[in-house]
This record gives sequence, structure tokens and C-alpha cells, in this order.
Amino acid sequence: MSARETFNTEAAKRILITDGAFGTEIQNWKLSEEDYAGSLGLTKDQKGNNDILALTRPEVPESIHRAYFEAGADIAETNTFSANRISQADYAAEDRVNDLNIASAGLARRIADEYADKDGRPRFVAGAIGPTNKTLSLSPDVNDPGFREIDWDELVDVYHEQAAALVEGGADFILIETVFDTLNAKAGIMAAKKLETELGRDVPVMLSMTLTDLSGRNLSGHTVEAFWHAVRHAKPVTIGLNCSFGATQLRPHVKSLAAIADTLIMVYPNAGLPNELGAYDEQPDTTAGFVKEWAEAGQVNVLGGCCGSTPAHIAAMAKAVQGVTPRKVPTLDHATRLAGLEPFIMAA
Amino acid sequence: MNALSSARFVNIGERTNVTGSAKFKKLIMAGDYNAAIEVARQQVENGAQVVDVNMDEGLLDAVEAMTTFLKLIAAEPDIARVPIMIDSSKWEVIEAGLKCVSGKPIVNSISMKEGEKPFLDQARKCMAYGAAVVVMAFDEKGQADTKERKVEICKRAYKLLTGIGFAPEDIIFDPNVFAVATGIEEHNNYGVDFIEAVKEIREACPYVHFSGGLSNLSFSFRGNETVRRAMHSVFLYYAIPAGLDMAIVNAGQLDVYDQIDPVLREACEDVILNRTPKDGEQSATERLIDLAESYKGKSVAEEKAAEEWRSYPVAKRIEHALVKGIDAYVVDDTEEMRAATAEAGGRPIEVIEGPLMDGMNVVGDLFGSGKMFLPQVVKSARVMKKAVAHLIPYIEAEKQPGAKAKGRIIMATVKGDVHDIGKNIVGVVLQCNGYEVIDMGVMVPWSDIIEKAKVEDVDIIGLSGLITPSLDEMVTVAEEMQRAEMAIPLLIGGATTSKVHTALRIDEAYEGPVIHVLDASRAVGVASQLLSDTQRDGYVESVAIDYEKVREARANKGQSDLLSIAEARANAYAPDFADKAPAPVQPGLHVFDDWDLEDLRETFDWTPFFRAWELAGTYPAILDDDVVGESARNLFEDAQKMLDTIISEKWLTAKGVCSFWECHQDGDDILLTDGTRLPMLRQQFKKSRGRANFCLSDFVDPAGDWLGGFAVGIHGIDEHIARFKAAHDDYSDILLKALADRFAEAFAERLHQHVRTELWGYAAGEQLTNEALIREKYRGIRPAPGYPACPDHSLKPILFDLLRAQDNAGITLTESQAMLPTSAVSGFYFAHPESQYFGVARIGRDQLEDYAARLGVDVAQAERWLRPNLD
Repeated sequence: MSARETFNTEAAKRILITDGAFGTEIQNWKLSEEDYAGSLGLTKDQKGNNDILALTRPEVPESIHRAYFEAGADIAETNTFSANRISQADYAAEDRVNDLNIASAGLARRIADEYADKDGRPRFVAGAIGPTNKTLSLSPDVNDPGFREIDWDELVDVYHEQAAALVEGGADFILIETVFDTLNAKAGIMAAKKLETELGRDVPVMLSMTLTDLSGRNLSGHTVEAFWHAVRHAKPVTIGLNCSFGATQLRPHVKSLAAIADTLIMVYPNAGLPNELGAYDEQPDTTAGFVKEWAEAGQVNVLGGCCGSTPAHIAAMAKAVQGVTPRKVPTLDHATRLAGLEPFIMAA
Repeated sequence: MNALSSARFVNIGERTNVTGSAKFKKLIMAGDYNAAIEVARQQVENGAQVVDVNMDEGLLDAVEAMTTFLKLIAAEPDIARVPIMIDSSKWEVIEAGLKCVSGKPIVNSISMKEGEKPFLDQARKCMAYGAAVVVMAFDEKGQADTKERKVEICKRAYKLLTGIGFAPEDIIFDPNVFAVATGIEEHNNYGVDFIEAVKEIREACPYVHFSGGLSNLSFSFRGNETVRRAMHSVFLYYAIPAGLDMAIVNAGQLDVYDQIDPVLREACEDVILNRTPKDGEQSATERLIDLAESYKGKSVAEEKAAEEWRSYPVAKRIEHALVKGIDAYVVDDTEEMRAATAEAGGRPIEVIEGPLMDGMNVVGDLFGSGKMFLPQVVKSARVMKKAVAHLIPYIEAEKQPGAKAKGRIIMATVKGDVHDIGKNIVGVVLQCNGYEVIDMGVMVPWSDIIEKAKVEDVDIIGLSGLITPSLDEMVTVAEEMQRAEMAIPLLIGGATTSKVHTALRIDEAYEGPVIHVLDASRAVGVASQLLSDTQRDGYVESVAIDYEKVREARANKGQSDLLSIAEARANAYAPDFADKAPAPVQPGLHVFDDWDLEDLRETFDWTPFFRAWELAGTYPAILDDDVVGESARNLFEDAQKMLDTIISEKWLTAKGVCSFWECHQDGDDILLTDGTRLPMLRQQFKKSRGRANFCLSDFVDPAGDWLGGFAVGIHGIDEHIARFKAAHDDYSDILLKALADRFAEAFAERLHQHVRTELWGYAAGEQLTNEALIREKYRGIRPAPGYPACPDHSLKPILFDLLRAQDNAGITLTESQAMLPTSAVSGFYFAHPESQYFGVARIGRDQLEDYAARLGVDVAQAERWLRPNLD
């Protein structure tokens, strides 16, 4: 059975759990510049380059993956949010992109397999691809709205490089997450399609949008429904939302997405909204209480956490949704689903 | 899903399409993307559910235009909220568009024209980008006309597409709407073929959609809006239930089926459904053609109103005559008003200040609010001038000063330039609004302008020009105004002028206010603000700030990188010279003393004619436009009448010359065997992947080839213009000039055709409709010196020498290389099938110096001619 099929089979049985934040967990290690830099000999400071740890202190991400699996996670998201050529250029580490994605996916794979072997429950590795800090549909210059910092072909190449390395390292899925610009996500999908052609096999993607305002749009202005129409051609394993705000604010948007997406829904919110010091202080049981409502309303298939969440949050969620019947994937009628920033449907 | 976000019949916005909207094309060609965005915004505001974007125009880099426009509208949430239809006949343009559209768009279109493989490759890409697709019923054998062909092709396409996993609901078939009632029997069933085909395809291909272009259907009845609207409505009445669910159509052009006159409706149904009319006397087509006659022109109610106004009181009659532009009774009415005023102890001037100005104010308000259009305003001005001319002897006899004008304005076309249609229109509009206009005519030297301005103590100077060298001349006028320590405002207008050039060059040369006036409709607003005590300072300051911003933006922009000329040459276009045209069948020089005007009339491209009158739209669709249609129809009718007279009374003479020369490519030059060197310019801006840096010489074989050249001109206009001026008839003056321009363009088109089929003869079997001619669907090009592919006007004297154009066609050149007579066209003929129009755009210093050496002039001189390509 392919990873996609196994995942769908498991998701039909129960609500699956993905993991939580890495950044806050890494902070607990209080790592120094030397820890980050290791012996790679890169020309810039590496402190803060969390993704590089796969090469310099692999035991750090390994132990975090273990902590989440212990908390009940079915999925490990690789620690590669910024492991692309554009973001790594800030650390002069763009030439290590290939190595560090292979290493990150490899270590997640090893630990996932270790847990699966232990209890016979399948574990999955989602190769995480962040949005980069460049955007295809917005101009950084307010006086020149037609300007773009990057073009489509370049971004497809950047994503393709990372996705190929993640798959080589053992990732089951490519998770295009924290999508603030829908066109960036479409370039990510194109990269995965290219990879499929090259490898001659399915490279399943997971897509996760982030909202930047309470009306339910991302930064490029797409509503949740319009986003779904724009990316549905990817035939993603999961579609959903992450980051954004806390679970309370996401509620209406989870509901609308659940009604229209003919695939699994994955939502991993922040642990509430940050307090005045920028820290997240929503307690695990509180977060778990919110997501449980979605589960009981039949709106989700996969749950997890984003900023501010800890293994304790994940454990609380796993416990809260245990035994709750997962959302049933709806069958949609045939209709032409187009989108601008807003959806447009023509009935067939 | 709420009802608002789903739809049964989808309206697609059609105005952001350079092939369908003259206005949009003009904006895009001029690079005025800000205004082009507004066109898109209006579409969405007016209810378009999808916006079609098409940039297929020979002179445009369509890839560049498509991506620029799509990126810009992505930044406009009230436009970007609806899906985009990326419309092009070129796949590379479509793919470039797909890389910019963030939602899920529709691709329009792909087909099996080139066979299954390219069709499926393109379909796979649409899937990978996430797009629905319009599939034209077109295969290797051609476009499907009969029902059987439409069904066969669509079924085959459906099978192929679903076979590669294309979602059937994302397929939109366009089974080709063709014209019916053309008089050709094979066309009679086209309406039925379409409707029946849609029905059958829908059965055979579940979940697909259908689209079609309606305007083709009623093509035979262009000019007859009533019949066309009825045909479209009847067609939709039957096609929608059959399955048609989207159309590129102007919703304002549709009638309610039940409200169509039952006689006309039945005649339309007979034609569309190919039925024999009940009475059986005539065919359906004959019957509709007969019936159509009675729907031409004015309705009954309008005729009644036409008689009625003569019974109004005299002041009201004058207002009516002004608003409607009727000059038949105006002298009598003015005299009646003057006599009545005199009787009551009033003065003749009161007739102008009272009823005439009141009437013109109504006209001004209607024009200002977009309810009247330029041709109507110019007609109103004619009425006004006739009335004023009648009153002037009485006013002078009374020795009372004339009516106080709102301001006195000089209008002049600058030295070296002879074009004045636009200038005259602006003059008329200003006069209509109470300004005194001193029209200095064309080719006016700066010294005359400045002297006149001082002597007449004018309030504003307005400069006009059409050709690029006029831009420099305008800078000179500004510099001289500065030296003369003038401070009055300087207005800049004309086809090559722009806000950017005005801000960068003219405004910098003159300390007084300098304002670029985009078109005639803006002139009054600009003049009134400049001459208002309260608004002047604020307005001048706001323009100054605006231009400063333009300059800053320009300074900060950091222009796109240029290749070195060597790099650009390395990326030259390389056509397959195995395909080059054979030597001309009839080489040598050919002179045409008097080309048949009737023949030229049939080749008219009417769209630019309407554009000259600031009516936006493509002919013939413009005649049915719900905004400017009426105005366009009246203008068209007047033009037809004048054309009849021009031809029957032989007002004009069309003279032309063409010749062919043996030559070969020598680098970027074309070297004729007589030793004449024609240096050409090469595009130097960085091209996106795989696109060449074009130069006209690329189309000429270095191993030996042929080049043609031509010049045509329309003579005889002057005496008629003088007559119109004497009769205070600006309307006829502008109309005749605009028509003479059409004759010149048509002559160039016809002569080119004659060259292709007879003289050079490389396309002897060519069969093209007028529409196809206008859309340049033929092989070969005729670029003109001074235009984008060959921007140096100073090649014109070389061409004219080769043609001996002055002796052979009576055409001379001014110092700025403008042609006299004004209605004239000249250019080179390139015959290679791969030859194409392009824009040289910006060139580097290295090419400028190289070019000057090749042309044998000093760099400063070349720089002067090529200034617009150097910024």
C-alpha cells in the first residue's frame, strides 16, 4: 500500500494526530552559536537557524520528534520550514539545502519507523516546506504594485530542490504549510508535479493555509474556499489551516472548509493568541477543548499544534479526541470551481 | 453554497481585450496601465463574473503585456476577486499568464488544430497549473462548421482529455458560432448546427460547459442594432436550454425575448432555426433582410419628436438645436431671437450671453457627465458658430465689445508637424465652453507662438503634435517661453505626448505651469481650473507634486537592464531563409496616379476613425455599443454621406508609388545593390527565455534577397477644408480630415495586397476578407520609419529618394519628416513569412553610437531623432 492509501485507511478509523511546535522546544535546549554552527564552516552566524541542527546537532530534532510520538502523534513534520535556498541564504547555507533536507527527513523517518515497529501503528513523515519570505502575488514596494521580488520559475526551482531532497530522505508527503500567498502554494504544487514526473510515482502533498485576518483570508487575499478551488488540482492528501490565530478564531473557517473539501482536513492552530510579551500561554487542556469541538462536529481528520504548542498540548489533544468518529470525506457534485480572491462556481 | 456565488449563465467581461476594445488597446499600447486597470474595475463593477484578458496584438510583446497587467490587477482586490480568463491564441502567452494568476482561471483556448500531441501537452499543463479550459471545435482539418463536425471534434477532445484525467467539469467547449443570413445557402443551417451540436455534445460528454461568441451570428446585419439584438436574444432563447452556459457578450446588448416585436422575432427564429417562413413567398434570409430595412434609422416616436420641437418657443428651439446639433434652422431662429431682443430694447450680444450660452452650458454638462460624445459636441459647436457668425455684424454695428470670454487660448501644432485633428477637436471643445481659441494652425515655429501670445495677451498656450520629433520641438517651445520670462500655463497634447515625457522634459524646461492633457474631454476641466482665481494655485501645485512623483519614480526605477549590442546581436532572430520570397514578378518602380476611391472605401478600417473622435470600441461592434452606439451610428451615417460626395464629386485623388530592390543583410543594415545602406535598430532589452532581440534586417537573407518600399498620399483636401472653415463648419472639417486619413490607410492596405498578389506576387493565391486584412492575417509586413519597429524618422528621406516620392506621388517631407499631404503613409515591405512587427523600445548608448556611424551622421544628430528610444 502506498503512503497515501495507508494514511487514508488510518484516517477512516480515527482522528489522526500530527505534532506541535519545534521552535519553542528547541529554545529549551539553550543552544549556543557553536552548537548551531558545528563544523560546517559556514561564513555567517548560524544561531537561530533551527533547520541546520539536522546536520550539526541531530539529537535535538530527534529528541523532539520522540517527545511528540510519545505524546501520541501519528505524523512527524520535518524540521525544515526554512530549509529552502531563499531562507538559507540569510545564513549563507544555501549550498547545504540538499544535505539538510535529506538529513532532516532521514532522521524523522528513522524515528517514525522505530515507533511504528514498536506498536504496529503506522507513523508518517511529512516533509515541511515553508512559504519562503518572498511572495509571487504581492509587491514589496507599495509604489510599484506590479513589481515582484521573485518569479514563478525561480520559486518552482527552489521548492523542487527542497521537495526532491525531502523525498530522497524518506518523507511520505510534501507538506506545503503556512501558505500566506496562494500563488506560492501553486508553485509548490508545480514543483511536486515535476518531481512526480521525474520519479515516475505519486508525490502526495498536504496543503495548509494561514489566515491573516479574522474575515478568513490569507495575505494574498484568498478566502478559504477560493484557496481550495485554486489548489484542488493538487489532489492533496489533506487540506487545512495552521498557525493564524488560536483555535477559537479559526472555528468558522474550519467549518466552511470541512463542508467543501473532498479530501481529509488537517488543522493545527497556535496555542491561542500570544500575550503582551509574545509568549503563548493557552493551557494544553484549553486548546484540546477547542479542537475537540471540531472533532465532535465531524469537521476534522487530523489535528495538531503550531506556534506555542508543546508535547503536552499534543498529548491533551490526542486524549480529547480519542474515540471520536473522524470526519467523513464528502463527495462533491460535478461543478466548475473557479476562483479569483473569492470562489465562483458553475453548476455542471 | 449561496445563490450569488453560483451561476447558470455566466457573463464574461470582454473589455480588457485588445482585439475587442479599441480603448483598452490604446491604453495598453500607450503603456497606460493605470487607466487599463480602471477598465477591468468597471467590468467587475458592472457585473462581469469572469474577466477575459487578451493581449494578442501584433505590435505588443503579448507575454510582457499579459504578465504586467495580471500582476497589476492582482493588487486590486475589487478586480482580483473574480476569476480571470487568460485569452490568447499563443500558448506561450497563456502559460506566462498562468504563472501570474493566483486563483483558478480559465484558459481560452486550446484545440486540436495542430494535432493531438500539442493539444494534450497543453491540457496537461492546464491541469498542473490548475485551470479550466475552453476547447475550440477545431482539428487538423480546420474549424468545425456542421453539426456532425462539431460533435465529432468535441467528442474526440472529450475522450482524449478525460483519458488523461482532466476533470470533465473543467472543459468548456466553444463549438463556433458562425454568421447566418449571409445569402450563402451553406450558411443557413449554422444556427441550427450550433444548437443541435450543443445538445448532442452535452448528452455525449457529461459535465462539460459551452461558450460562444455571439456577435458573429448577426455579422450580416452590422449597423442594424435592432435586428442584431433581436437575433442574439432569439439565439440565446434556444441555445441556453440546449446547454450554452457562458458567453462573451455585452449584457446591455440583449433584449427580453418576449418584448421583441413578434414579426421581427419570428423572422429571426426562421433564420436562426433555418425554417421556411409561413407565407412561403421568400426565404428566411430574404424576409429578414427586407424586414431589417424597416428597423434601420429612427423609431416612430423619434420622428414625431423631430417635428414637435419646431413648435417650441424660440429660446427653447435654440437650445434644442444646440444639444441635437441641428444647424438647419439656427440662422432663422437666431435672427428671430435677435429681433425679439431688439424689440424689447435689448442688444444683440444678449442673444449670445443668453440662449446660446445657456444651450452650450447644457451641452457642456452633458459632455462632462459622459452623456454626450465628441462628434455630437463638435456638431453643437457648428450650430453655435453659425449663430454667432450671424450676430457679429449686428454686434460690430453697435460698436459694443464682444462677449467676455472665459479666457483666451492659443492652439498650435508645433513646427515640423502637420497633424491637427486632435488639436482642432480640443479647440472646438474649448470654444463650446466659452473660451476664445486662437488657432495658429500647423507647423508653427516657436517664435510665432510666443509673439502671438504676447500680442494677444493670451491666458494659456496649447501645443499639439503627433510624431515623435514633435516632442523635442515642444521642449524647445517651453525653453523659449522660459527665456521670454513668460509665466502663463502651457498645455501639452497629442498622440505621442505623455505625462511622463511632460514631467521629465517639458516641465523641467519651463517654470510656469505645464500640464499634459490626456484627451479633449479633459481640456475644459484643465482650462477652467487654470483660469479660476480660487482653484488655480491648488491645481498647479497638485500637478507639480504629481510630476515630481513621476520624476522620482522614474529616477528610482532603475531601468530594466539592457544587453550590450553585441549580446543583442548574438540573440538575433534567425528565420528559415529556405522560405524566403522569390524575386518580384514585376520588379522596378510602379506609380499609381489615381487609385479608385470606391475600391479604397471597401477596405476602410473604421475602428481608428471612431478613435479619432474619442469613441472607444471596435467597428462594427461600436455601432451597437450601449454607451456610445448612438453617437457612433450618427457619425458613421454622416461619414457615409460625405464619402458618397467625395467619390461622386471626385474631391480627392489617391497617388502612390512602390518599388522593389535587390539587397542583402549586412549585420543590422540592409544593403541595396545600388549601394544604398538602410541601417536598422535592434531590440536591446533583456528578453525572457527563448525570445529573440529583433531587428528588421533579421528578415533579410545575407545571401541575397529583396526589399520593397512604398509611399501613398491623399491629395485635394485643402480647398474643401477652406470652404468648411468659411462656413464655420468644424464638424465637416474634422470629418473630412479623418476620412482622408482612412483613405490613406486603406490605400496602404490595398497596395500592399496588390504587391503580395501581383507585383511581387509571392502570395498570388491569397484570399482574405477585409476583417482579415485589418487583422494583418497576411504574409509579410510593412513597417514605417518613425514607428516602433523602425523608430528613426530620418530613414524617410532615404526611402523617399529611392521612390522619388515627390515626383511620383506628390509627397514631401517637413524638417521633422512629417509627410505632406497630411494623409499619407510610407514604409518598407518585408516578405519573409516569419517577418513580424515588434517594438525596438529602449536602446543603449553603444548601439546609438554604432547606428550613427552606420547612418553616417554624428552621434548628436542620431540622438535627437532617437530621443524617445533612449529614455
